Amino acid sequence: MRQIGVCLSPKVSLWFENLSSSLLLGLNLMEVDGGRILKVSSGAQSIPRHSRKHKAFYQFTQQSLPACKPVLTPAWVITTFLLMGVIFIPIGLITLHASENVVEIVDRYDTECVPEAFRSNKVAYIKDNSIPKNCSRYLKVYKHMKAPINIYYQLDNYFQNHRRYVKSKNDRQLLHGLGYNDTGSCKPEESNNGLPIVPCGLIAWSLFNDTYTLIRGRSELKVNRKNIAWKSDRDHKFGKSVYPFNFQNGTLMGGGKLHPRIPLSDQEDLIVWMRTAALPSFRKLYGRIEEDLNADDVVVVNVTNNYNTYSFGGKKKLILSTTGWLGGKNNFLGLACTSVGSSSIFISIVFLLLHMKNPRIL
Amino acid sequence: MTSNRPLLIPSPRTPSTHDLPTLPVFPDSAKPSSAMDSENPQPTLNSSSSRRSISSVQSKPSMRYGSRGADSEGAASQKEMNDEDVRIIHINDLAHTNERFEFSGNSIRTTKYSVITFLPRNLFEQFHRVAYLYFLVIAVLNQLPQLAVFGRGVSILPLAFVLLVTAVKDAYEDYRRHRSDRIENNRLASVFVNNQFQLKKWKDVQVGEIIKIEANEGIPCDMVLLSTSDPTGVAYVQTINLDGESNLKTRYAKQETLSKLPEKDRITGMIKCEKPNRNIYGFQAFMEIDGKRLSLGPSNIVLRGCELKNTHWALGVAVYAGRETKVMLNSSGAPSKRSRLETRMNHEIIMLSLFLVVLCSVVSLCAAVWLRRENDNLDDILFYRKKDYSEGEVKDYKYYGWALEIVFTFLMSIIVFQIMIPISLYISMELVRVGQAYFMIRDSQMYDEASNARFQCRALNINEDLGQIKYVFSDKTGTLTENKMEFQCASIWGVDYNGGRGSLEKDQLVHNVQIDGIVLRPKMNVKADPDLLRLLRSEKDTNEGKHVHEFFLALAACNTIVPLVTDSSDPNVRLIDYQGESPDEQALVYAAAAYGFMLIERTSGHITIDIQGERQRFSVLGLHEFDSDRKRMSVILGCPDKTVKVFVKGADTTMFSVTDRRLNLNIIRATEAHIHAYSSLGLRTLVVGMRELTASEFEQWHSSFEAASTALIGRAALLRKVAGNIENNLIILGASGIEDKLQLGVPEAIDSLRTAGVQVWVLTGDKQETAISIGYSSKLLTRRMTQILINSSSKESCRRNLEDAILMSKKLTTVSGNEHSTRGSSGDGITSLALIIDGTSLVYILDSELEEKLFELANRCSVVLCCRVAPLQKAGIVALVKKRTADMTLAIGDGANDVSMIQMADVGVGISGQEGRQAVMASDFAMGQFRFLVPLLLVHGHWNYQRMGYMILYNFYRNAVFVLILFWYVLFTCFTLTTAITEWSSMLYSIIYTALPTIVVGVLDKDLSRMTLLSYPQLYGAGHRQECYNTKLFWVTMVDTLWQSVAVFFIPLLAYWGSTIDTSSIGDLWTLSVVILVNIHLAMDIIRWSWITHAAIWGSIIATWICVIVIDAIPSLVGYWAIFDVMKTGPFWLCLLAIIIAALTPRFCVKFLCQYYSPSDVQIAREAEKFGNLRVSSPVQIEMNPIMELPRR
Repeated sequence: MRQIGVCLSPKVSLWFENLSSSLLLGLNLMEVDGGRILKVSSGAQSIPRHSRKHKAFYQFTQQSLPACKPVLTPAWVITTFLLMGVIFIPIGLITLHASENVVEIVDRYDTECVPEAFRSNKVAYIKDNSIPKNCSRYLKVYKHMKAPINIYYQLDNYFQNHRRYVKSKNDRQLLHGLGYNDTGSCKPEESNNGLPIVPCGLIAWSLFNDTYTLIRGRSELKVNRKNIAWKSDRDHKFGKSVYPFNFQNGTLMGGGKLHPRIPLSDQEDLIVWMRTAALPSFRKLYGRIEEDLNADDVVVVNVTNNYNTYSFGGKKKLILSTTGWLGGKNNFLGLACTSVGSSSIFISIVFLLLHMKNPRIL
Repeated sequence: MTSNRPLLIPSPRTPSTHDLPTLPVFPDSAKPSSAMDSENPQPTLNSSSSRRSISSVQSKPSMRYGSRGADSEGAASQKEMNDEDVRIIHINDLAHTNERFEFSGNSIRTTKYSVITFLPRNLFEQFHRVAYLYFLVIAVLNQLPQLAVFGRGVSILPLAFVLLVTAVKDAYEDYRRHRSDRIENNRLASVFVNNQFQLKKWKDVQVGEIIKIEANEGIPCDMVLLSTSDPTGVAYVQTINLDGESNLKTRYAKQETLSKLPEKDRITGMIKCEKPNRNIYGFQAFMEIDGKRLSLGPSNIVLRGCELKNTHWALGVAVYAGRETKVMLNSSGAPSKRSRLETRMNHEIIMLSLFLVVLCSVVSLCAAVWLRRENDNLDDILFYRKKDYSEGEVKDYKYYGWALEIVFTFLMSIIVFQIMIPISLYISMELVRVGQAYFMIRDSQMYDEASNARFQCRALNINEDLGQIKYVFSDKTGTLTENKMEFQCASIWGVDYNGGRGSLEKDQLVHNVQIDGIVLRPKMNVKADPDLLRLLRSEKDTNEGKHVHEFFLALAACNTIVPLVTDSSDPNVRLIDYQGESPDEQALVYAAAAYGFMLIERTSGHITIDIQGERQRFSVLGLHEFDSDRKRMSVILGCPDKTVKVFVKGADTTMFSVTDRRLNLNIIRATEAHIHAYSSLGLRTLVVGMRELTASEFEQWHSSFEAASTALIGRAALLRKVAGNIENNLIILGASGIEDKLQLGVPEAIDSLRTAGVQVWVLTGDKQETAISIGYSSKLLTRRMTQILINSSSKESCRRNLEDAILMSKKLTTVSGNEHSTRGSSGDGITSLALIIDGTSLVYILDSELEEKLFELANRCSVVLCCRVAPLQKAGIVALVKKRTADMTLAIGDGANDVSMIQMADVGVGISGQEGRQAVMASDFAMGQFRFLVPLLLVHGHWNYQRMGYMILYNFYRNAVFVLILFWYVLFTCFTLTTAITEWSSMLYSIIYTALPTIVVGVLDKDLSRMTLLSYPQLYGAGHRQECYNTKLFWVTMVDTLWQSVAVFFIPLLAYWGSTIDTSSIGDLWTLSVVILVNIHLAMDIIRWSWITHAAIWGSIIATWICVIVIDAIPSLVGYWAIFDVMKTGPFWLCLLAIIIAALTPRFCVKFLCQYYSPSDVQIAREAEKFGNLRVSSPVQIEMNPIMELPRR
């Protein structure tokens, strides 16, 4: 213990002297006692040598199982932070690079698609079925986009995670159709004329129903609208023989309609829609373009602007995006990783300096 | 045991006979020997009176004089037996006995539940806990349709789990009890039915039946003895199950029933006895048999739980059966206490509840604001749609106006955020304590090989208090000392004989007696003083020799010891084992045997003593038992030479007041001087006196004795008066010095404790000199200490003394005052003070305004020694300290006189020693030796405290971080309490995902090795300074929690904002990241990684992953297949990684900086341990070396 307090900062060493003196006092007292010699015996000795199992059990009961006891030494800590920096900065850079490579065209059309005359009362406009809702948007491709190009619609300020909304569906009805009649959870969109609505519930009722037609130059771009939903959902959550025969026949029209002759498992728009988004700003896959778009191509999108987001100030956006391993364009993750990495490096440098200035020998 | 009443103390004798005519009048003092004819089984008065006396006298060592409060004085015997509280038993007449009273059968049931009552009763008991009620209320709230947040099954899962775990535990315990009950109930006893003895199951035995017990059989119920195989009606019983005393006790059948054998002549009679009560040592009854009325006392009853020994058979009448037996009435659990940490924790729980309320208010207010703002559009909002059109009329669906909506949202948010109050903490704490207790019990360093006594953990909820003890109150006899008395020296007729001290010489002739070629030898040898031996052999006729003779005769006769002859390895040698309840008496009898006064036989009415090879019979005419007022006992002996002598032995204080001062003043002075010298050597002293009675004196005594002992009212007082009359004008023969050896390792233990900053107070019933000398030998006192003595006999002088002492202490302690307050007195001793105060002074101090002064003074002293204190005073002193400080107190003791102190202190420790099990029964922890206190406090206490403190903080953190994540998400769901984390995961979170590691860490983690803790007792100060759990740490933890929850929540939020992520996928990400985070957080704080810890931490993470996968593999749940989908994407893994690092970095940095730049003692010691400044660093056992030559004087 004696050599401990050699090169400490004044305050620490003072404190340390106090402790070590008291520790030394303890030692001295023991020496004075004379009789108190520390008797060291290995745990196994005090019982007769049995099998290893016994020994292990004895060690267990005496709480002396072999164990490692890491202590935070400066070297260890500085190395750890350095290592973290070394790992995270490259990861961050790679992520940023991947995000940069994603080409994404975002077009917000909810306001633009309302004729000037109705701008002051959009809700009235959208509710009026007699007014045609067509609208054309021009998107300029600023960079070559490699197929497949995903088409998303994005809704902002739309709480698909609202409690009463997420609960308002019935998984068993989706799978079994009229074979399952207890649709209490679907309120307030439960039944129509005494028959349960198939598919029931607010989620299905509010199905997004804007449609997009994409035209490049003269020809219409082929949009593949198959395989946009999870396979697992198609196979196991939506019935193959469940037909939406009475959907959207009720008093109050919600969103999109479904073809009554197509079983739910093939209604991929519905399936996508019904996998509710986690956050109030979300995208949903509309379809895929299976051909490349070249830089400076102009894509004309004919939008039918049916969906009512105006009553709660929701925004609607159309997105064309290439795909990468990162999913979509996502700068945040790259930035986050780089900043975590660089702050690790920073901390390790600070610690190193601190350690050089005020070393404390352990 | 509910009362503080020391049950070891026998209640005064009960009269043996009621009708005087049945008693032959003792004719003349000159003919006592006529009664000693052993061939006459129907002796005259002598045998009955003396037998009675022997049986009821249970003298205690002198040390306990002070301990015997007046509360034990004959409470039972003095009350008249009224008809209402009497039960009447007709012997051998079942129909008659049970016609009016419903006596319980003999089947016992210690189980709490039956199969039918288990569920309701167990639930009822469990819901006594407020925490469970909280659970229940939440679960019930969730059942209301408006508030249903979770599915019905899910919401009761946590409650059901907790209830189930506890119920299974209870059921198992109860099953074990049930099994042992069944075994007990089906034991067989021989019962007299239809004029013959038949075997009957214990459970079928009924009150009033006659039962025959064979040797070494257990006794099935409480029975009044009728006759035994011994012609004089003696039966020996072992009461080890009852009070833990292994020596044999004598019980007696009544003279009048002795000769009756049920096979031959039908026994009819009636017993009137008290209602069942729990006093083991009290019994009061009358038996009417053959028209005579006999009174029965505690010596006539054998209790269930005892075993018959050394007696071939015994017959008895069952009086109390089954649950009415005394042993059953006495079986009660240990008192439940609540640990200091838990009490403190409750403050923080209240803080957490406030947080909870704040969170809920925020949510409900925001929800209300949103509803107000969107009020007009609610029906148009596609994700809300207020109205329900489906059933013809249009009505609001789940919308009750915004005021009610606030209330509902508030309640719902409480349901969602319920685990903010860490209910699982309570059950984890219980499990952790069980684990800690297991390791304490298994600790080989706290195992007493001599008595084969393991450490016992009787209270399971105060383990962690052991780490914060500031005051230790210790009894002396049996606690610091072994309570194995050894005769050391004697002062006889003013001459000090102490040559026997020292080692036993090999050539010393062990005194023995030959009878029919068989050598009788005492079981234990005592060193004899050669001078004294010579004197005894040679000078029989001198005055000196006569006194020595009388002295040893008194030692051999004036006691209640029963000699038992046992076989030894040598067939020609038999050993005499002296059985008795008082170790002092045993020591004296062994000593007398060594000097040639060997007590060979004690039968009813007479004792046989071999005096220097010559067998002599003495008839015991009467015996005045010990009591705490007189502090002495006496025996009236009819000697072979037809004289009657009274021998008295007792404490010096009361003995000198009854001596004949006209005689031998010099001898008294010399004896007093010797006694003083002995007690300053730490010896226990007893003064022996005698007087020869004249015939008239004897007559007078005899008649008053008989009258007193048959009195029904105030018997104890009358007997005391009779004793007082005869015990006077004594000739002081001399005094004996008995050494009570210090236990092994006591000085070292006390030293360690004091170095650890624990104040050790010794409270003893011994004399001041004895106490001080034990203080020196146990290193409690050192020569450098200034002693403050307070022995005052009035309140005023007490006040003066205290004030003077305080002034003096102020002067002395100003020098080192600072050191004193912070580090305790570390035993440097330059200015340290020792306060020695006696019981008389305490009478004036306790419960008066002087208490404050005493406390002030005691606080300035490093040692406090209280001598001559009564049991209640001991408790009073503990209460004095407890009232005035927030520090933890521990009381340690071994005898019934320590019970009140043990119950009063925060932590009570019982030593399972020589004085029975009363202390153990009342204690929270029990162990074999005082020195085990050091590993108990310094090692286990420290560990337990550190573990528990950390565990509580961690549990707060663990639950709060989860709740905060839920809370953040609620802010992004329009304040509607949707949870992204599935309800199953949120319920399993504290049950499966994170429960095991905290428990494992709480049980197994060690901040320092045993060796370090024992070598540097100062490290115990961590508990005193509350380093592991305090308000600051709580707030730091909460800030950390806030940051971590922000990291966990917002990294995915920002990463996935405006993406296609669905609720279940992001929920799985949050679930996994929070579980990994809290487990890694724990891993970061683990100090010692053994394979179990590894398994628990990594196993939990893997288990969580598996659970999440399983939940997502169920098609009917929302998140079907989400985890597989999300695990395929890169951002998921990046988020996970970033969350862990970002969340933990601040904590890691702060932890490192704290440890590096302001390390605690514990941290320094840990580094020293790691980097080898301590000599050994591998997992090695270190023992405090107990094998050391004791300081002997």
